[in-house]
Amino acid sequence: MSRFRPPVWFVLLLPAIIILAAVVLIPLILSFYSSFTPYKLTRPDTLYKWIGTFNYEKAIKSTHFWAAFGRTVLLLTIALNLEMLMGLGLALLVNKVTYGQRALRTIMMFPMMFSPVLVGFQFKFIFNDNVGLVNNALQSLGLTDKAIPWLVDGQLAFIAILTAEMWSATSVFAILILAGLFAVPRDPIEAAKVDGCTPWQSFRHITLPYIMPFIYIALAIRSLDVARAYDIVQIMTNGGPARRTELLWTLIGRTGYIDAKMGYANAMGYISIFLAIFFTVYFFRKLNAARSELGMAG
Amino acid sequence: MAQVHLRDVVKKYGAIQVVHGIDLEIQDNEFVVLVGPSGCGKSTTLRMIAGLEDISGGEITIGDRVVNDLPPRHRNISMVFQNYALYPHMTVRENLGFSLKIAKRPQDEIDRAVDEAAGILSLAEYLDRKPGELSGGQRQRVAMGRAIVRHPEVFLFDEPLSNLDAKLRTQMRTEIKKLHQKVKSTIVYVTHDQVEAMTLADRIVIMRDGHIEQVGTPLDVFESPANTFVATFIGSPPMNLLRGRITGDTISLTDGPLISLPPQFASNVADGQDVILGFRADNLMPVGHAMPMEGAYAEFKMTVNLSEPLGTETLLFGALAGKEVQAKMLNPRPLQNGEQLQFQLDLTRCHLFDAQTEQSLR
Ligand SMILES: Nc1ncnc2c1ncn2[C@@H]1O[C@H](COP(=O)(O)OP(=O)(O)O)[C@@H](O)[C@H]1O
Ligand SMILES: [Mg+2]
Repeated sequence: MSRFRPPVWFVLLLPAIIILAAVVLIPLILSFYSSFTPYKLTRPDTLYKWIGTFNYEKAIKSTHFWAAFGRTVLLLTIALNLEMLMGLGLALLVNKVTYGQRALRTIMMFPMMFSPVLVGFQFKFIFNDNVGLVNNALQSLGLTDKAIPWLVDGQLAFIAILTAEMWSATSVFAILILAGLFAVPRDPIEAAKVDGCTPWQSFRHITLPYIMPFIYIALAIRSLDVARAYDIVQIMTNGGPARRTELLWTLIGRTGYIDAKMGYANAMGYISIFLAIFFTVYFFRKLNAARSELGMAG
Repeated sequence: MAQVHLRDVVKKYGAIQVVHGIDLEIQDNEFVVLVGPSGCGKSTTLRMIAGLEDISGGEITIGDRVVNDLPPRHRNISMVFQNYALYPHMTVRENLGFSLKIAKRPQDEIDRAVDEAAGILSLAEYLDRKPGELSGGQRQRVAMGRAIVRHPEVFLFDEPLSNLDAKLRTQMRTEIKKLHQKVKSTIVYVTHDQVEAMTLADRIVIMRDGHIEQVGTPLDVFESPANTFVATFIGSPPMNLLRGRITGDTISLTDGPLISLPPQFASNVADGQDVILGFRADNLMPVGHAMPMEGAYAEFKMTVNLSEPLGTETLLFGALAGKEVQAKMLNPRPLQNGEQLQFQLDLTRCHLFDAQTEQSLR
């Protein structure tokens, strides 16, 4: 007799569930499925041909893929470390400022408000070998009379991209670390001063443990960002010339849209996700360790 | 050897002056307590001695060094903070040994000092815990242990017991007193609790609004308060204060009885002078319920509105000269509220203050 009546909470959640499914789940399943097909954008019927793990094997055997993978890990490691150090320095400086600190904090946020595409164009101009600011400055200072090929030479281009990444994201670290500095209680710092610490020792033994959780949060956020880096590189060098600055996602983007090999691109994408997952898990573990160190774990 | 001398020490925060030229000489091994209501500048003074606050004027010396411009680490002091200020990420052992580690002492010396401090303060079984895993009393002891491992010349305590419950506070008070006898050194101790001050101090410094009101031994400040502020701040219950005017050799209390002038003040007052008469509850007792009084005393009737039996004695609340007055009664007997009794006031133990300046007329 009685018809099935779903519980009220389920009915109330249903709209959210449906929207989430439509926006997140279905594209996810579709792309995952397509990574097991030779799906080409130009030939829709290929979507229905099952080729098993062929795409994955192809990616794992591809030197281009692993070169891009390695380059991404390298960029991630260098960028994160430098951004962390610079962000820490910046935060410590701003923390010392008493007058005009709010204005400084706002200015510090500016790079975060810039779209990465815009950052890409900015730095493409700055590092341009003929009209760019860097070369002009170097030449005016008489440090060189050549037009340094910033965006053409592999290593120089890497440095140029690194600079752009750092410009746009150092403030992520600075802001989060500054928040951490605000949360450091005054008492233990004063106790350390009385206990004989120099300012550096107070920082090293007391302040730093307090802000480590904030540093790890910033590292987790930024590792996700850099593992997915695309826009800035795409604009500045397009992964080139001749793949010299190819990162994972520029490779994947080109494979998917220029070469139209959607299935293959998706397979590479799913392998790459592990990179992001690995770093995120790693930093979250560090975060929890740092928090329990301070007796904050719960 | 560490005397601490403050000479005309001033502290300003911007335009606001919170410590107004304090002079204080603290002897070697002396236990000095700064006491006063909250906001009177005790912590600020202590923090200036520690070097945690700049000195806006005057001079502070520790031993024979002027320390005005020395950072805390060069002053050879230890401080115990009100909120313990332990290092949360270090174990008790690391907390205790931190200052020695910073001073790059050899590990076996650090271990010995930590074990010694842990022994004195019964912390041995908690050495491997972190502060988050300790009770308030244990944290307090760690904070004290951290202060004693270094054998500093001067200990500074800023309300170290105010976060503990009453029982623990009494217990720790005794511990601190014992500690001072064990590790001889100069102690400057801040509290707003006059009982703590009375029980701990060799000398008490009573402060109000950034000024020192009186300096003296606990007995001094209790027996001869320099002004009405000290009179009401030290001692429990607070001293009774009644306004009046000198007429001949009596004091005519405002809206109250005539009382003969306490003989010890006879030559210090002028006829017609406005005064404040002060006396403690212990010196006002109902006839027949007190030790018989010797020397000069005054006698008058007073209505008792409330009584609080305290065991060996009973505290009485009466009305005299339009003000509430506290008295004491030995030999407790049941009292009716509103009962009128004959009281005797021991004039030899009375105090007299000028009504304008509120300073003692002694
Ligand atoms: N950093 C500060 N800036 C401005 N005023 C302060 C500061 N610290 C303390 N004060 C003021 O100085 C006075 C004395 O403070 P404090 O020494 O902490 O009092 P106490 O310890 O006796 O309770 C108070 O009126 C307080 O408001
Ligand atoms: Mg205080």
